[in-house]
Amino acid sequence: MASRSKKSASLTSFLVELGVYAVFVFAYFFLVLHFLGGWLKHIFDQNKTTYAFVALGLIIVQGVGLEILTTALLRVIRSRER
Amino acid sequence: MDFLISGTHINPVFLIVIGFIIGICGGFFGVGGSFLAGPALFAFGVPMNFVVGTDLAHIVGKSIVAAKKHRALGNVDIKLGLIMASATIVGVETGAQIIQQLKRHKNVDMVVAIAFIIVLVGISSFIAWESWQTMKMGKKGATKAPVPGKPKRDHSALAYIAKKFQRFHFPPMISLPNSGIKEISLWTILVVAYIGGVFSGFLGGGAGYIRMPALVYILGVPTHVAVGTDLFEVVISASYGTFTHALKGNVDILIALVMHTGAAIGAQIGATLTQYFHGARIRLAFVPLPLLGAGLILYSLMTGHHF
Repeated sequence: MASRSKKSASLTSFLVELGVYAVFVFAYFFLVLHFLGGWLKHIFDQNKTTYAFVALGLIIVQGVGLEILTTALLRVIRSRER
Repeated sequence: MDFLISGTHINPVFLIVIGFIIGICGGFFGVGGSFLAGPALFAFGVPMNFVVGTDLAHIVGKSIVAAKKHRALGNVDIKLGLIMASATIVGVETGAQIIQQLKRHKNVDMVVAIAFIIVLVGISSFIAWESWQTMKMGKKGATKAPVPGKPKRDHSALAYIAKKFQRFHFPPMISLPNSGIKEISLWTILVVAYIGGVFSGFLGGGAGYIRMPALVYILGVPTHVAVGTDLFEVVISASYGTFTHALKGNVDILIALVMHTGAAIGAQIGATLTQYFHGARIRLAFVPLPLLGAGLILYSLMTGHHF
């Protein structure tokens, strides 16, 4: 019984995290990614070396940034549960 | 949405959902997810040279998240990861040069797609067979969930292969205490990593579908350490792969960024799931995924239809 309620609590926290994350991603997509296309295409056509650095930098920054965001979200949700 | 660099039009929601699914797979199985991401991008109409480069870029962002998680769980053998990364980078460049040659001869789509299908079906069949053999052995602990507080034990029906490779004495010999390996030839590790790198540079992604089985069956690394070490190594080698493929005009970074937004959350969930499953079970659950990827490529090749 106790393990069932524990499981349902972790499922709830997962769904809450997913919902909050979806809102963040939605905002990020329309505020940032949507407008990057033209700029990136310009760099791609002009200078491949710059494009390679920018591409790698962008994916690393996003990787680290989203990791911080998801970890922080999990921490906030779990602390509220307790 | 138009992705100008690769000249494709894809619904970004599809990319985020695909990213989410492969994020879970990546965190859970320790593979980059190219067995699904590559075929899915091809099915969306992305040219194969962009599939390869873009998948590598997307893997970088995702692997950082998953590798950090596995590092915290003590699943990363840093020494092994760094040795492997050096040879993988050379292999990635080899694979990228092969793609350039195919681009010049204008048959990159067909050749890479057929190679993808052969590799995915082969890997899936092999892991299914091996996991089945291991579970049939009925060794205690082979299919049970790990007991908290006790070190994880891992069994494989092909453990004798790893022992044979560890007996191969070709100096310099090194020890990998974090992986429980007393002595192994450096050359064995370098060859395994190089071959993984070629697949990574040629088919995209981290080539975890080659490297993870190689780590477990050839080097004899426990599955949970193989998962974490593979992810750690992929961060370094896929970064190089992204750079070299971007220089060659094979990366649509916007596609990678959109896919990665879904993958970031999926990777967190996948890495946590490895705590509840063990060795042969993880491997057996992996079996249908490469087949799904192979089916997607075959469908796109035969019908010419893109989603």
